[in-house]
Amino acid sequence: MKYVEEFRDRALAEKLSAAIRAEADPARSYNFMEFCGGHTHAIFRYGVQDLVPGNVHFVHGPGCPVCILPIRRLDDAIELAERHGVILCSYGDMLRVPGSKRRSLLSVKAQGADVRMVYSTLDALDIARKNPDRQVVFLGIGFETTTPPTALAIRQAADEGLTNFSVFCNHVLTPAAIRHILDAPDIDPEEAVHLDGFLGPSHVSTVIGSRPYEFLSETYRKPVVIAGFEPLDVLQSVLMLIRQVNEGRVEVENQYARVVTREGNTKAQDLVDEIFELRPAFEWRGLGMVARSALAIRPAYAPFDAEARFDLSEKTSREVKSCECPAILRGVKKPKDCKLFGNVCTPDNPMGSCMVSSEGSCAAYWTYRRAETLAEMAKDKAMAEQAA
Amino acid sequence: MTAMQPIRAKRFHADARVTMSHGGGGRATSELIASVFAPHFANPLLEQGHDAARLDRPAGRIVVSTDGHVISPLFFPGGDIGSLAVHGTLNDVAMGGAQPIALTAAFVIEEGFPLADLERIAASMGEAARRAGVPIATGDTKVVERGKGDGVFITTTGIGVVPDGVEIGPDRLAAGQAILLSGTLGDHGVAIMSQRQGLEFETTITSDSAALHHMVADMVAAVPGIALLRDPTRGGLSSTLNELVEGTRLGVLIEEAAIPVKGEVASACELLGLDPLHIANEGKLVCICEEADAQTLLAIMRTHGEGTDAARIGTVTAEEPGFVRMTTAIGGTRIVDWLSGEQLPRIC
Repeated sequence: MKYVEEFRDRALAEKLSAAIRAEADPARSYNFMEFCGGHTHAIFRYGVQDLVPGNVHFVHGPGCPVCILPIRRLDDAIELAERHGVILCSYGDMLRVPGSKRRSLLSVKAQGADVRMVYSTLDALDIARKNPDRQVVFLGIGFETTTPPTALAIRQAADEGLTNFSVFCNHVLTPAAIRHILDAPDIDPEEAVHLDGFLGPSHVSTVIGSRPYEFLSETYRKPVVIAGFEPLDVLQSVLMLIRQVNEGRVEVENQYARVVTREGNTKAQDLVDEIFELRPAFEWRGLGMVARSALAIRPAYAPFDAEARFDLSEKTSREVKSCECPAILRGVKKPKDCKLFGNVCTPDNPMGSCMVSSEGSCAAYWTYRRAETLAEMAKDKAMAEQAA
Repeated sequence: MTAMQPIRAKRFHADARVTMSHGGGGRATSELIASVFAPHFANPLLEQGHDAARLDRPAGRIVVSTDGHVISPLFFPGGDIGSLAVHGTLNDVAMGGAQPIALTAAFVIEEGFPLADLERIAASMGEAARRAGVPIATGDTKVVERGKGDGVFITTTGIGVVPDGVEIGPDRLAAGQAILLSGTLGDHGVAIMSQRQGLEFETTITSDSAALHHMVADMVAAVPGIALLRDPTRGGLSSTLNELVEGTRLGVLIEEAAIPVKGEVASACELLGLDPLHIANEGKLVCICEEADAQTLLAIMRTHGEGTDAARIGTVTAEEPGFVRMTTAIGGTRIVDWLSGEQLPRIC
């Protein structure tokens, strides 16, 4: 597997690990947020933590598109499938996420709603072509990486004059969410998470480039390394961040130079600009309302906007009480700090989005580090009881 | 009054389809059996013509295993539901260390199913049974209304005999034993996925669907003390190993770099965000044995076409009881968990 195996080479990993151990100052700690769930998944899947010293901490950010979709929007999607009787097309990850009353797209499918898993927006378009007498709605979610394919589907539907295809748009923007996290301590001091730098999501930067992260170094004085998703990419990026911190540099560096440029894919950006516009604010699960953080379909393409086409009811959707997903998504808490973790909340019976998505922090801890996490929870509990 | 006609094989039109009358138990049912199944399944047990086949009682202990086969698509690179229904059950029998002696087959067919496809399945099934040297001794055919099935469902039951001295079972597991795998992981699952509607991709990967009892016969003959055999089918290797250690005082440590996975399977998994450890196999076995027997068994496996890529992938441990752990390709560690629900491709 060219361009993959090279980035999983054990000897190289050991060399990078040794360099990190040599350069990390034992007198201090390093807290790096990997914004993207893809990084969280890679770190756990390959046991990257085992190759860095104990004072290098990964703080898991909100970058999982499934995790941050607010429950109300998921309830809207369920309503589209159930009340409006549309063929609702979605990517696989979304199907098991619990909405209100623990109902998911998968469970309403079992009850007769027409929910279909697709692998691309073009599959959804194809379903629309083959079912001219049915309304077909594509549940568009994801960060800048998945937005261009949605834009392409809308443009193609417009070019073909399809009248039965629309998109329920939930596409969100990475830089706005990072800004929101860094502003949080100003809003609420209890939300303060000390961060020494960011591992930037490389797939997002293949589209938007590295430039949109320059505000992080310029305004917030935080180092950023745009990092690939292979384990050696992550290790090298950690080393680059440690060097920036040690040398007092604050820059946006690009570890994933084999794909990412400063300007990104301008053709994709133009397509996205043509179809979408900024929403003034959008609710994120865990972060609440975040200004200018999501996209809506432009009025010129309103016939392809499910929100314009269908009358969606006002909802009073509620998260499961005592689920710590919101705080975990902000990096304020870890999965072990949630009372539900491993107790009533497991991937087979998820209470919150962080457990249901394969890229969620709770799922990663449960799936790949369960033994250690449960042991830590027991230790924390014993200490708390002793203190009491 | 006309003389009674014996039921004969009937030549069906190329576009003919299964109708409800084929499942009615009357002449049409008999014609279907005589035309579609009998020519491909022919063997002395079936020709006894009874509702129940009479088998000679062999020496040794009898094992029985049954399995329902439901698969979409019905035809896939490297096999189809017919051969799969034979191999799957033969392997379940063989995993007890037994040699299969007969199979039964029950068909549930959806009204409207093309007879030509049914014959293709029957031919493949007959061929698989013949190659395996195991007769299909008896069977059953039912037809369900259109829309109430998914083409064809096949349930097969296998009967086998365990040689004396072979005591394979989970209670024989002990710390220090070696874990062997007979070949590459994920071939079947990826071959099926490559044909799934909406996901079609070009690949030369074919299903590993194969009967393993000949290889098992050689293995148990050389090492009767094999502790355990399992075929990692649905849920893949991860589910097989988790099933073994869950709730026990034992754990498992496997080595990612030692687990054989074909390049194309690994690439497909990367692309779809799937883990080869969770993907189904239909012609592989996991063997757990004493450390001293590991090399002998690997050498035997490698003499069979089904075991060419056999490898030692890990060890049964007393540490971390109840968990399957893995040293990753880069030297980290992690748990290898059960597959949770259905494996769903990631968004990005």
